[in-house]
Amino acid sequence: MGKLLELTNVHSYYGHIHALKGISLHVDEGEIVTLIGSNGAGKSTTLRTISGMIHAREGKVILGGTNITQHEAHVIVGMGAGHVPEGRGIFPKLTVQENLDMGAYTINDPKLIKERMELVFELFPRLKERILQYGGTLSGGEQQMLAIGRGLMLNPRILMLDEPSMGLAPVLVDVIFDTIKKLNEQGTTILLVEQNALMALSIAHRGYVLQTGEIVLTDDAEKLKKNEMVQKSYLGIE
Amino acid sequence: MKQFTSNPFYKFILFPIGQMLVFILGASLALSLFIILLAFLFRSNVTDFDLVERTLLILPQVLINGITIGFVYATIALGYTMVYGVLEFINFSHSEIFMVGGIVGVELMAYFDHTGALQTMNQYVVIGLAILLGMVISGSLAVTIERIAYKPLRGAPRLVPLISAIGMSFFLQDAVRLILSLTTGEFNVILPNFGTFDEFLILAVPGIENPLRFQIKSILLVGVTVIMLVGLNYLVNGTKVGKAIRAVAQDRPSASLMGINVNLIISITFLIGGALGGAAGVLFAIKATRLDPFVGFFPGLKAFTAAVLGGIGNLTGALLGGLILGLLESFGASYLSIFTNGAFGAEYKDILAFAILIIVLIIRPSGLLGQTVAQKA
Repeated sequence: MGKLLELTNVHSYYGHIHALKGISLHVDEGEIVTLIGSNGAGKSTTLRTISGMIHAREGKVILGGTNITQHEAHVIVGMGAGHVPEGRGIFPKLTVQENLDMGAYTINDPKLIKERMELVFELFPRLKERILQYGGTLSGGEQQMLAIGRGLMLNPRILMLDEPSMGLAPVLVDVIFDTIKKLNEQGTTILLVEQNALMALSIAHRGYVLQTGEIVLTDDAEKLKKNEMVQKSYLGIE
Repeated sequence: MKQFTSNPFYKFILFPIGQMLVFILGASLALSLFIILLAFLFRSNVTDFDLVERTLLILPQVLINGITIGFVYATIALGYTMVYGVLEFINFSHSEIFMVGGIVGVELMAYFDHTGALQTMNQYVVIGLAILLGMVISGSLAVTIERIAYKPLRGAPRLVPLISAIGMSFFLQDAVRLILSLTTGEFNVILPNFGTFDEFLILAVPGIENPLRFQIKSILLVGVTVIMLVGLNYLVNGTKVGKAIRAVAQDRPSASLMGINVNLIISITFLIGGALGGAAGVLFAIKATRLDPFVGFFPGLKAFTAAVLGGIGNLTGALLGGLILGLLESFGASYLSIFTNGAFGAEYKDILAFAILIIVLIIRPSGLLGQTVAQKA
């Protein structure tokens, strides 16, 4: 199992705000790795730095052996890093089908697009029923399914999910997490950012704990769950 | 039904043309009824002629003129609205892109005239070449302006690129003036006289006393704009690039995460908008016959108004807004002096058109077909 993604001492900024202060982490092929931490810890920023939406001022991001630190976002997607952003980012005035088509933007083979779409519908049958509906008219859960499905259209080597449980009813959160687990079992590497640390740690192999732009702790998910600091700060166990 | 609506011929040819016809008929009918009603109301105030009869007599011609100029406004308005849709930014230099297209087109025709080729060439080939050149030059100019003046400011507060656009507008006016004065010593460019465009096609309709008179250049103008609008509709709704343009307009960060090269799509948007503006410039030049470097200002402002009236960012809205504004202007120009007994002449047409714009925007701030911001989010 090689390292699929590796960050070394990454520093990112929003204007003058120093958001990531030297993040180093790695994700091995076939793993589910989760980043947990409170609001503003830099979880989303880490994903945004990997996918090229912002560029690191210092440090290196390496994907499958290639240094992608200064690559543009649309190039990184083509290299196999799918990013399902926070707030889902679906296109409200495109239909479900068009949204999925967009996910396969860099694929030129219509047959392959159709195949992938069938796979997505297998995973989320609900989307197939809504195929001609506008993205903006879907419920929150359906939108999340669409966002994940869209991220899968390119069959990415690593899928980065940002807060997939946000704003969803508990029963839907279970559906989403079951799907993530299933995807991983089928071979997709997952990097998961979650507020719901308990859920995240229950499906992840390893985890990193972020605090104000720095990694303060890393371990196997099982061990993190039992860690006193994690329990107190993120799992609500006194 | 579903099978029928997904038929490409229906979706990309019949539907947009049908939509245009509905807009033309709807707007014409509404304004005609309104003016006829007014004529009946004021009939007793005018003694030296029958107001109703006079109104009806010139009505067909007024409608034709309004629709013709409306299509020009709509074509320019599409440039504003496409760029706004993608960048949420008003490209105030678009009126100068329009002007450059017109001047380049006329200069090409003047060149043909100079070499003596003009009288021997087919007049439609000449017009076609002029429009094509206008589109190429204006389209590339728009892309260049975006790269130089807007792209470096993309992260800046909204007012900054707006000021840059206004500056670009002045720069282009004076640059064109400089080039013209260096090369020809003359600020005005005048359309050479050729072809049969000034002649009228006369159509006698049973039941109407006066036959309808269509100037050939008006028919040409409407025909070319309709073809371009149908083409644009296909491009935006039927191709992968069009889908990418819509995706970038709706959510730029997400679009980049789909592997869409956002900068390229923005350039393509400017290219399309600029090319439409350039073509409109050449068509406008055929109608106006005389251009100068400052000629873009009013049509540009009115097209911008049309885009706002229809709902900025909405392509169909730009078409509707352009037609309504063109018709309002034509009605104002023809009827103001008749109805006010000469107190207000045709020169007050803009007051009428803009007064109605203000009323519409008070009632519907997002424009006729626009969405409120809350819905869009």
